[in-house]
Amino acid sequence: MSSFSPISLDDLVAQVPDGALLAVPADYSGAPMAATRALIRRGAKNLRLVTVPQSTLQADLLIGAGCVAEVETAAVTLGEFGIAPCFTRAALAKTIKVIDATCPAIHAGLQAAEKDVPFLPIRGILGSDLVKHRTDWKTVDNPMGGGGDPILLIPAIKPDVALFHAPMADLEGNVWIGRRRELATIAHAAKTTLVTVERLHDGSFFDDERLAAGALPAFYIQGVAVAERGAAPVGLFGEYEPDIDHLRAYAKEARTEDGFAAYLAREAGTAKAAA
Amino acid sequence: MSECKPEELLAATLAAQIPDVRHIAVGAASPIPAAAALLHQARSKERVHVTILHSRRYNSFTDGGRELFDAAAQGRIDVFFLGGVQIDGEANINLVGLGEYPDLTQRFPGSFGSPYMAFVVPNVILFREEHSPRTLVKEVDFVSAPGWSPEGVWRRGGPKALVTGLAVMAFDATRRCFRLSSVHPGRTAAEVRAATGFEFDMPDCVPTTTVPDAATLGLLRGSIAAKLREFYPDFAARVFPVPA
Repeated sequence: MSSFSPISLDDLVAQVPDGALLAVPADYSGAPMAATRALIRRGAKNLRLVTVPQSTLQADLLIGAGCVAEVETAAVTLGEFGIAPCFTRAALAKTIKVIDATCPAIHAGLQAAEKDVPFLPIRGILGSDLVKHRTDWKTVDNPMGGGGDPILLIPAIKPDVALFHAPMADLEGNVWIGRRRELATIAHAAKTTLVTVERLHDGSFFDDERLAAGALPAFYIQGVAVAERGAAPVGLFGEYEPDIDHLRAYAKEARTEDGFAAYLAREAGTAKAAA
Repeated sequence: MSECKPEELLAATLAAQIPDVRHIAVGAASPIPAAAALLHQARSKERVHVTILHSRRYNSFTDGGRELFDAAAQGRIDVFFLGGVQIDGEANINLVGLGEYPDLTQRFPGSFGSPYMAFVVPNVILFREEHSPRTLVKEVDFVSAPGWSPEGVWRRGGPKALVTGLAVMAFDATRRCFRLSSVHPGRTAAEVRAATGFEFDMPDCVPTTTVPDAATLGLLRGSIAAKLREFYPDFAARVFPVPA
């Protein structure tokens, strides 16, 4: 049998087809920023992003670079640094379609896909304008109740690709995600899971129960590339903090399209932002 | 003890809205609610869990992003704070945008977990520092989370109070109406009326919001500031500077 070997970053992102339904994590669970810059350099097109459940710089860069056709999200924002400028511009100009969601609905949709059932019911949300506009969400009367108990059904979200950054992979291709279990959920839900890691672990996580508890098994994972500081300038859990100065400067620079193009040329190595 | 800062007054005022509970959770980018939750915990005789989603150390979830919502669905979270770019007189909040959705004239980040947490958490405290006709409106442009639900819709909780930079209001979900509870020191009920875009009930005599006492300020500036420095360094440095 052939053994695991990591691949290059460019080969990794080559497995994200244009038009893919692409699931990406929130900043607290390993934003794949090196891979995002590689996708932008490749000129990826028409990606349909699903943020799990929200995003900051990653979604904003992909949107600003013209890689995104639509985004399903609970929120895109730069948090304490203000609005996400490219997302905001594109949403208002309708150059992308924003599919507004809420955090627990995105988690529930992915959990439905994990079980390969068509939907999961969740409480709350009824009466939110989201329900009016999300025609793919259905309100039904609880079939297990005595009648008169409306409940919302969230359809399964089945990403073509899950892409995230994690601290390490081992020599068998297992990836260590620690307690960031939503990474396991998106990997379980997705058809293909691609991961960048800080480093390779010499051995198997399954030789140590403490590491095994935080491991995502290799059979969910189709590609691993080593990308040191691959989440920067966003931070990585247990490894490094976000680069506050970088993020603050981005929030300012990307306020104009010219500023964003200059940022992209400098940080992602694009000659010019994609049209 | 030096004079109370506006952030300290707001933290103490939010803390005063928290009933006796077991578990308070605080969402992202919420330094003042985080200070309030930690203050409540520090003063409580009972054991109180505080989960600060913005923090790694004070966030003990181990089952991924869904765990907060699943725990809340089961009633394991008693208090949550929500903001709103717009908040209206029926306690609906808008985090999506201005204009006729999807033809928005202004786009905000999105609803986050609000349409869910507003239903499953018994005590939701609305917090918005800016108190103006722009933020407190007659009717929100987009309902991210409804403030109340018709009979027959399962709902454990919802907004109980609104704290702003001017005042405290209590929300009555049955009457779908706010009532002015207190105005902050130096403010008047007339000022609150003028700055509010919706109608609300006004008591005959409007009390002044209680100013935090020396012991409360001591906690905020001591053990609570030390914790905040870990996960809200900018906020802590501004509000609780370490003496040179």
